[in-house]
Amino acid sequence: MNGTERHEGRLRVGRRFFRRPTGRFVLFSIAASVLLAACTTDIPQNSLDPASPQARDIDNLWWLVFWIAVVVFVLVEVALVVAIVRFRRRRRGPEREVRQVHGNLRMEIMWTILPVVVLAVIAVPTVKTIFDLREAPTPEENALVVNVIGHQWWWEFEYPELGFSTAQEMYIPAGRSIYLNITSADVIHSFWTPRLHGKRDAVPGRVNNLTYFADEPGDYLGQCAEFCGLAHADMRHMVRAVSAGDFEVWAAKHASLPEIPEEGAVASGWETFNIICVACHVIGDVGPGVDLTVPVADRLPGGSGDYVLAPNLSYFAEREKFGGWTFENDTAHLQAWLADPSDLKPMTPELNDLEEGRVLGMPNFGLSPEDISNLTALLQSLE
Amino acid sequence: MATLTPQAPSPASTAAPGRGGIWEWITTTDHKKIGILYGFSSILFFVVGGVEALFIRLQLAVPNGEILSADAYNQMFTMHATTMVFLVVMPIASAFANYFLPLQLGARDVAFPRLNAFSYWLYLAGALFLTVSFFVGGGADGGWFGYAPLSTQVTEVVRMDYWSLGLQVLGVASIASSVNFITTVLTMRAPGMTLMRMPVFSWMVFIISFLLLFSLPMVTVGLIQVFLDRNIGTLFFDAANGGDPVLWQHLFWLFGHPEVYVLILPAMGIVSEVLPTFARKPLFGRSFVIFSGIAIGFMGFGVWAHHMFTSGLGPVAEAAFALTTMFIAVPTGVKIFNWLGTIWGGSLELNTPMLFSLGFIFLFVIGGLSGVTHSIVPADSQQHDSYYVVAHFHYVLFGGAIFGIFSGIYYWFPKVFGKLLNERIGKVNFWLMFIGMNLTFAPMHVLGLNGMPRRTYRYAEGLGLDVWNLVATIGSLVLALGIAVFLYNGWRTFRKGEVAGPDPWDARTLEWTTSSPPPEHNFDRIPVVHHEDDFWHQKYTTDEEGRAVAIPADLRPVVAEGPDEDIHLPSPSYHPALAGLGIFVMLLGLVYVPWGLIAVGVGGIGFLWGMFGWSLEPLVRGDH
Amino acid sequence: MTAMTTPDLAGPGGHHDVSEARKLAMWAFLGSEVLLFGSLITTFLLYRTRVGDGPSAAEIFDIPFTSISSFILLMSSLTMVLGHHSWERKDWRQMRVWLLATAGLGMIFLAGQVFEFTEFVHEGLTVSTSPFGSAFFVLTGFHGLHVAVGVMMLMATAIMGFTGKLREDGGMNVGLVGLYWHFVDVVWIVIFTVVYLLAV
Repeated sequence: MNGTERHEGRLRVGRRFFRRPTGRFVLFSIAASVLLAACTTDIPQNSLDPASPQARDIDNLWWLVFWIAVVVFVLVEVALVVAIVRFRRRRRGPEREVRQVHGNLRMEIMWTILPVVVLAVIAVPTVKTIFDLREAPTPEENALVVNVIGHQWWWEFEYPELGFSTAQEMYIPAGRSIYLNITSADVIHSFWTPRLHGKRDAVPGRVNNLTYFADEPGDYLGQCAEFCGLAHADMRHMVRAVSAGDFEVWAAKHASLPEIPEEGAVASGWETFNIICVACHVIGDVGPGVDLTVPVADRLPGGSGDYVLAPNLSYFAEREKFGGWTFENDTAHLQAWLADPSDLKPMTPELNDLEEGRVLGMPNFGLSPEDISNLTALLQSLE
Repeated sequence: MATLTPQAPSPASTAAPGRGGIWEWITTTDHKKIGILYGFSSILFFVVGGVEALFIRLQLAVPNGEILSADAYNQMFTMHATTMVFLVVMPIASAFANYFLPLQLGARDVAFPRLNAFSYWLYLAGALFLTVSFFVGGGADGGWFGYAPLSTQVTEVVRMDYWSLGLQVLGVASIASSVNFITTVLTMRAPGMTLMRMPVFSWMVFIISFLLLFSLPMVTVGLIQVFLDRNIGTLFFDAANGGDPVLWQHLFWLFGHPEVYVLILPAMGIVSEVLPTFARKPLFGRSFVIFSGIAIGFMGFGVWAHHMFTSGLGPVAEAAFALTTMFIAVPTGVKIFNWLGTIWGGSLELNTPMLFSLGFIFLFVIGGLSGVTHSIVPADSQQHDSYYVVAHFHYVLFGGAIFGIFSGIYYWFPKVFGKLLNERIGKVNFWLMFIGMNLTFAPMHVLGLNGMPRRTYRYAEGLGLDVWNLVATIGSLVLALGIAVFLYNGWRTFRKGEVAGPDPWDARTLEWTTSSPPPEHNFDRIPVVHHEDDFWHQKYTTDEEGRAVAIPADLRPVVAEGPDEDIHLPSPSYHPALAGLGIFVMLLGLVYVPWGLIAVGVGGIGFLWGMFGWSLEPLVRGDH
Repeated sequence: MTAMTTPDLAGPGGHHDVSEARKLAMWAFLGSEVLLFGSLITTFLLYRTRVGDGPSAAEIFDIPFTSISSFILLMSSLTMVLGHHSWERKDWRQMRVWLLATAGLGMIFLAGQVFEFTEFVHEGLTVSTSPFGSAFFVLTGFHGLHVAVGVMMLMATAIMGFTGKLREDGGMNVGLVGLYWHFVDVVWIVIFTVVYLLAV
């Protein structure tokens, strides 16, 4: 059978242009609902709800590019749909082959140059913003330095100028620049608080910097954005921006040692802590702490003792959540955690090697119910 | 006119000795059979990778999903990506390239038929090796990008050993077939088939062969370093001892970005074949489409660091890579505009292959535009490793590559198997996939902007992620239904499909001059080519207005043909398969050193036996 | 390379040369190899000075010794050229002699490398001493592996020459082995310059 004969007598070039309003309506309503959903304000990790000058810069740039993209999208897709509707083959009508057009140099030049122009328009603010966002705070800004250290699977925050460290929740004064030294004690993580800034990788052996600046006091949720193993999903953090005065109070508390009572459940818990937990955890000046005066750039990951092995538990009770800011800090969750940590959060403590500095989760120490309740009491007393 | 009618079997093909059964497939050196092997293997792994994807979506349907453990989830997403990239999209492009490159060029086979068979068996060895790890300690769980030092960290588990060795072997297989395709294009074209007359699909295969040839060695070095770090204590990525994990990122993405174009360019080639056929117009701006492909190939090597915008390259490097990344959109745009130019003013037959090609354009535009937003480094620092990126590359790789591949399957199926896939089922297949695809991946843009990172096995309530995740899961089920309809269509067609003639689409290129399926030697006489779209010009001329006019069959010019000569076909050989098997056994042994060294030895003997037998046996059947 | 082709197909000019196709394939393959060694050398350059507590390049390299073994490898390129020349003249006896000489020189080079590695290990540089050690051993080891494969191909070609199985259109021929061998030599010149001479 010859293909040519089969098609003869069927071809006709459509002249009428059929509009299909329904199709386009669906398209636009999808786009609109996507936009609306993205703009909702009660989403804690919404990157389009900026709460800092840096995030706002990014947001402005994004919307510029977004609207340009929307224009291109509409133009191209409408051209496509129009072409399909207008030139689709009709089954009736006189036979007529179409003109064999091979190309058009002018159009080729046009649609090479036009995108270049559009991209150049985008490129200028992009490059400018890249350099702006990389600028370190000037001495006049009196930035607070925080070392952000990724561990499998929790974030540690060191305040080297203030002489203490904490975990899971990063307190910062609102309205003041915060200069972050971001690194990792094991594998690559990525520190991301979407409402404050874009993400930055925590690479072992390297220090990356980011400047945070929260406009207003508030809570800004974030989480690890680079796949870092088993519990990557449960590696979250909370940035708590507080007023300058509140921050002073908070910092003064952390710079002092927590008080442990002499007797009662808390004291028994403290005894247990000193026997078991102290291998990795620190409370006050007890436990394997590190020298915060050593710059992070001079420290080595792994078994060098330059980084702590587990979250600092001083003033643990002030934290809203624990375990990678994943579990409510209440009696039920604490007891469940102490009974079997890996049951709450996926971890592989059987691969721990403290000599090598490798901690992949808290082991199940087979604590007795009494130990568990005492330790819980201890942790809840550390306010 | 021999080229326009189904060809009678010639003496050469009937004289082929001892045919039939599995042995024939194992020993085949026929590019068409190898193409079919590649095709079926990739469809098989497509189903495997699809099931992995469904597990992922079901786990994420609701907050704190409990279908998969974190461990299982990490294996699922790692193997989903590894499978889809290396075991599905790449080999299925290889399937088309194997089958149609020689046919489009007017050749009787690829330049090195046994090397070609070896490439396939090596691919199969690597693919099975990667998959077998699920049954011996778990699938790879370090991400398809295997970032060190996570991928080098836990030496107690062999998963990432399977991953690094498996990818190395797949890389060697791809390098071998790239060498083969490049040589085929440069030396095997029919008389008159100049490079610029070469069909666009062949062009894209030619370009990706260079991309693979030059990008794979870099990741191979990285994979070797990962394997050695894990197994003999080298310190390439050990930051505690001075190693630099970012080196791995450079080596991986120096391969990884050209790889993206390796995945998409063949699909673009298919679309460039399908659109002219069903628009009944030549490809608009043909040379621009080809040169933009070449431009994409070159520029593809200059944009790798845009995958690393958050690793701290410094503002200068970031700005430079932002610019290169933006400008790679230009040649990509040129292609899209030329496709629009092709269908504009045509007479579009909206059958299944055409629908998939048009769907490709529609979806690829979305993926391309969201790609441009990644080049805006500050914006990328929000989008990077979030679901926004997942949305982007699924629009490019599913909406793009897979839709292009499906277009190719519907287009070329009748040539390969002699039967037409059912049109009505095909349209159901298309619409289910089109709707399912958008339902699955469009919400992921929102999820990413709402702060959902990739590769997380669960998410909490109250993050504004619940609704869109559920929508995406529902979409993935629609998508799965679409794939099921496709599999049914294939199965049904094998049983009772409509028989296709040699040229069911009134198509334009040389593969349609042969019978369906083509004879073993492809062409009784090597065609002599006078035009681009030579077959079209044999059937049509144009009037003064430029409209096509069919040439009556009896008036068609007798096309001068190549010299009449004996047809030599490559002899079947089991040596390539034996060498591939040997490699498989060696790989297994390497994971379990020291006692696995026995297996390494046994496999090595098998491999060397295959190689020596291969070198010494006669090349061509009947040519002793 | 054990490549082959169907010999009956004409290229664009109606001219299809089998051995040309194979040579082209070898060039393509070597192009790929350039990037393999390029990546290994880049890794080495990155880690050149990261010696940790282990010995540094200047402390451990024995330049006179390596110069001699480099010279030997360089000479093997000369014998390879002579072998290739006699292959083109179809002087099989001469060809065998030169091919075996090339293989022999290659083996001397390999022996030198084994000796060098052993010395280094004795002096305290292993793959796990420092990133410098890892990069050095993996780079030069990979080159050594390529030399070893080349020696095997030379021997196989020479033996096929003995048994009369070496034909113009054979899977492996002296032209291809020669290309490969010269490539491996050139890579060594780069390694010797970058790794040894620049490091001390």
